[in-house]
Amino acid sequence: MNETFQHILIVFGILFGVLTLAAALIWIERRLLGLWQDRYGPNRVGPLGIFIVVADMIKIFFKEDWIPPFADKKVFVIAPTVIMFAVMMSWAVVPVAPGVVVFDVNIGILFFLAMSSLGVYSTVLAGWASNNKYSLLGGMRMSAQMFSYEVFMGLSLMGVVIMAGSFNLTEIVNAQKNMWFVVPQFLGFIIFFIAGLAESHRLPFDMPEAESELIAGFHSEYSGMKFGMFFVGEYVGVTMISAFIVTLFFGGWLGPVLPPFVWFFIKVMFFICLFILLRAAMPRPRYDQLLSYGWKILLPLALLNVLVTGGLVLAFE
Amino acid sequence: MISLLKSMWYVFLHMFSKRVTVQYPEQKNYLPPRWRGRIVLTRDPDGEDRCVACYLCAVACPVDCIALDATEDDNGRRYPDFFRINFSRCIYCGYCEEACPTYAIQLIPDFEMAEYDRQNMVYEKEHLLISGEGKYHGYNFYKYAGLAIKGKGKGEGENEAPPIDPKSLMP
Repeated sequence: MNETFQHILIVFGILFGVLTLAAALIWIERRLLGLWQDRYGPNRVGPLGIFIVVADMIKIFFKEDWIPPFADKKVFVIAPTVIMFAVMMSWAVVPVAPGVVVFDVNIGILFFLAMSSLGVYSTVLAGWASNNKYSLLGGMRMSAQMFSYEVFMGLSLMGVVIMAGSFNLTEIVNAQKNMWFVVPQFLGFIIFFIAGLAESHRLPFDMPEAESELIAGFHSEYSGMKFGMFFVGEYVGVTMISAFIVTLFFGGWLGPVLPPFVWFFIKVMFFICLFILLRAAMPRPRYDQLLSYGWKILLPLALLNVLVTGGLVLAFE
Repeated sequence: MISLLKSMWYVFLHMFSKRVTVQYPEQKNYLPPRWRGRIVLTRDPDGEDRCVACYLCAVACPVDCIALDATEDDNGRRYPDFFRINFSRCIYCGYCEEACPTYAIQLIPDFEMAEYDRQNMVYEKEHLLISGEGKYHGYNFYKYAGLAIKGKGKGEGENEAPPIDPKSLMP
């Protein structure tokens, strides 16, 4: 009974924490972008403008939720829920602190890869169902992007799996007690980071949205809370990728003095800020550039990484 | 790759540079004296309307936002019976000021004209008319113009010679 209660507490705690962080990202991202672009960002509502989150929420809930008459209605409605579902499910396998994990499954990494691939359907279906040329181009770019990063994303994690000897994320974190995997798996980290950027379609790789060319691409027909769900899905995706980078390469909750949860939070926030810095600094490549970059450079590198890691692990055993 | 990291580093360094934003309602930006903002009608040094209702501003206006009607007072001075500017149409181009022969219509550095009701954007003569001379001081059209009004005959203006009588033979 007590254990069940504790589990329910963990489930709702993580759900609440993730959604709060995603909402706070509305403010954090705009303030940080402002900071790096020599301006202020939202600073009117509340101290440092933090209540812009509340204002934005109220606004987006009361906006007219319009479904265009030419759209494929069922798919149009389902598409935004898919991304929410996928990214929230990925959070289920992340160990936030020792024992604090919703779903301590022994194929954690595979589950994460499966769920993040499902998230692509959201974008592609939204682009298709909107029945609009720009949206379709956005969805098409997303599928092309998925073909480029999904392969080396999985391969880049294999080095970590070989070193830890497990797909379980808790065990992977425990295997980093002596040394974070970012040191021996630096190449894997770089490749996974690039793949994670493409996965969450954040700015250097936001070709499916591409405000300047595709006028918001796959979600240009969305309004109201459906658009809001894409947005929350994107932010939860950013936190999710950051959490996985931290868990797989930066020792998860491990760290001196401070409690494990605080270490995890600090590390995740660091990577979220890095994501935002990338958005502030990087131009957007063409999507064929990402494709050729992914297939010609990153995939061979990821394969090489797996080969060398596997060979070294075998040699030292 | 190196260049990308470099650009990230430079953007990161901007964290420590000064922000360029002017916090508008509390902190006002400098507006140069020639700023083309709200349109006013000025008065001459004697406190009379400078406007002689010549319609040149209304003609020059590319968006037709100026409407007026001329009339004449007992002294023979022309003045606008009504003078109406629709500021929801005005594009602040300043052509009216350039066209004005009497310095009556002027654009001043003020842009804070927001209204909740669109109708309030239409300014009548009493809203436009200010009590001063605006940007050009000391100019009084009727003192220079050859036009005769009550109290000033032909040739009695400043820098004016009396009119020549063409029927006289005297030099």
